[in-house]
Amino acid sequence: MDLSYTPEQEAFRKKVRVWIRANVPVREKDGSGIEYGDPKRIAALKAWQRQLYEAGYVAMGWPTEYGGQGADVVQQTIVNEELLLARAPGLIGMMGIQMVGPTLIQFGTEEQKQRYLRRILTAEEIWCQGYSEPGSGSDLASLKTRAELVGDEFIVNGQKVWTSNAQFADWMFCLVRTDPSAPKHRGISYLLIDMQSPGITVRPLIQMTGDPGFNEVFFENVRVPRKNLVGELNQGWLVANATLAHERNMLGATTRTQQMFNGLLRLAQRHQRYGRTAAEDPVIRQRLADLLIRVEAMKYHAFRQLTDSIKRRSPGIGASVNKLVSTELNHDIAAAAMEVMGSFGTLARSSRHVMDRGVWPVELMFTLGLIIGGGTSQIQKNIISERGLGMPREHRQ
Amino acid sequence: MDFGLSEEQELLQQSARDFLTRECPTTFVREMMRSDDGFSRAFHEKMAGLGWTGLVIPQRFGGLGLSMLDLAVLAEEMGRAVMPGPYFSSSVLAALALAYAGSAAQKQAWLPRIAAGEVIGTLALLEASDRLDAAGVALRCAKTRTGYRLNGVKMFVTDAHVADVLVVAGRTRGHGASGVCLLVVPRDTPGVSIASLQSVDQTRRLSEVAFKNADVPATALAADKKGWAVLQRVVDAACVVLAADSLGGAQRALEMSVEYAKVREQFGRPIGSFQAIKHMAAEMVSEIEPARALVWYAAYAYDREPRSATRAASMAKARLSDVYTRTTNRAVQIHGGIGFTWEHDMHLWFKRAKWNESAFGDPTFHRERVAQLAF
Repeated sequence: MDLSYTPEQEAFRKKVRVWIRANVPVREKDGSGIEYGDPKRIAALKAWQRQLYEAGYVAMGWPTEYGGQGADVVQQTIVNEELLLARAPGLIGMMGIQMVGPTLIQFGTEEQKQRYLRRILTAEEIWCQGYSEPGSGSDLASLKTRAELVGDEFIVNGQKVWTSNAQFADWMFCLVRTDPSAPKHRGISYLLIDMQSPGITVRPLIQMTGDPGFNEVFFENVRVPRKNLVGELNQGWLVANATLAHERNMLGATTRTQQMFNGLLRLAQRHQRYGRTAAEDPVIRQRLADLLIRVEAMKYHAFRQLTDSIKRRSPGIGASVNKLVSTELNHDIAAAAMEVMGSFGTLARSSRHVMDRGVWPVELMFTLGLIIGGGTSQIQKNIISERGLGMPREHRQ
Repeated sequence: MDFGLSEEQELLQQSARDFLTRECPTTFVREMMRSDDGFSRAFHEKMAGLGWTGLVIPQRFGGLGLSMLDLAVLAEEMGRAVMPGPYFSSSVLAALALAYAGSAAQKQAWLPRIAAGEVIGTLALLEASDRLDAAGVALRCAKTRTGYRLNGVKMFVTDAHVADVLVVAGRTRGHGASGVCLLVVPRDTPGVSIASLQSVDQTRRLSEVAFKNADVPATALAADKKGWAVLQRVVDAACVVLAADSLGGAQRALEMSVEYAKVREQFGRPIGSFQAIKHMAAEMVSEIEPARALVWYAAYAYDREPRSATRAASMAKARLSDVYTRTTNRAVQIHGGIGFTWEHDMHLWFKRAKWNESAFGDPTFHRERVAQLAF
């Protein structure tokens, strides 16, 4: 065990810090980081990602021929830590960078890699995920969106739901049923669909936060070239599972959790309750310390996983543990912030006297959504117990 | 950046598991629970033969001079085996207190023999006030012509009933930290009387140690004004070791529960196929795995990041106490009625969890300490 950095890494950190100080656009205020729909905000976030990419700080671990640096994970960790420290805005192209990108590197054809990967990094193309359907949530493999292969094209008909970012995404990675007669896991294919294709309708759904964050996406005879198939025909479930593991790691990112906790602590140290700051109240202190301990545990847990990935050890069910623990921890942090604020926590964003620009009630709701999205906590527990502990599967159709 | 065990540490882990599986099965644990002393000298000597009793004792005093992370790796295995006996008292508490505070003569006199497993030591810190702060040390330590005269009572002293030597926290003046001294007191010192207390966790033996006009020579003094600082360091070590013990115990309780759930059938199928049971097991995993990283970090910080050491030790102690308690609670429930019997072994871990939780500061104490250090 050695948590120190080499002189080269320390020098790299210094360089990154200087660059970030000079380039981070707008400082994010406490707890914020979720923005919906606003074209100006989207353009600004795209520009920020592009800037970060051009500086060489996005997806550094990707191979150089696809726009990465072939860098080791430590360098990317240093960058992530510095971005966190500077409270820099998140990356708008996260689903591309964290989910479809790694999947294409693993399963894509050379043509697909050349076509898509670099544009993911530059934020020229934003991706959304077409997985869930009205009838297929936790039982994702029961999905019904149909894709018929006619000549060199798939004809897609059906509907996806809870599709975040579909209102401004350029592409969707999408699971479709290509063989309805096969057992459900063996008739699915993984397609890349241009969101500008005729026959696609995106209808926003309003989330419980009041924001239009996710959507319904309808497909009516949408034509998708065969070359947009990732992996083999009817082998999409295998590809999808790789993406899901990447998604769980993205949703379980510890930097977001640390950022949220720091926001909570600042709030508690500032906000007065019964003649002292909330952070001075013994009961709230206990709760803050407990949260901090859980946050730090996840931080070191991530270091351990980082080390395992350097040593090329299998992550096992690590992604599910991350997703389960981090999303619930994030929600607990938001819930603690609400309690710290007392009556002020009940004020909506638009209200006078609202604290921290009203982000905490939104976070409270949003983090609950993330406990559900990407596989509910209950589904993660099934995965951990069945795949991780080898417990017997329950009978399912 | 390397957050993980070295090859040597993985080897230590494996050889410790092999040794304890062979030498410390629960039949042995139960034998020790039933015995008067809860201590097998033969077993202790076997550990000495492996170098364990001197693991963190400096090499020039006959130990291996290894790191806190090495000790944590070993302690995890000991917790896994709910190992009884005075290892923790002697080779962690007394050994470190002597190594940090002892005079050259004291170190020479005791450390090689503790390392060799010939002598058992312990630390007498708490009193009836049950306070883990400096004010909790009230045992009077009055200067005499030839040394010191001790008066007072120490409580919850681990393994004093078999100890040859006690490192005693005493008070020379005032109420604060600067009045705390450490003395090295052989058990046969006139005026020292040791009475056993019966503990719920029979793998841990506790005593009340009374000092009534116990006279010790001036050379018994190990640390005068720095006594409290040394004790803080030893408490940090105790926290890391107990956290590691809890980690090993929690992991074992999980494994036993999973194995049982796979074979126990109700409603015509293994109970491990029910989501209610599976989810309990998954919750255990998702608490234990991040907690493991916390223990490793605390052990690492103890040696390598002195400014974070106390905070990390408190974090590990607080968290692992909670995790171990919850894990053994779930484990008993998964076992159902059989888990509530004396015959089944699960109560050994359940009780050890409660002792580990309260010893050297409960989670509430350590969370407050984290709060003071972090914000």
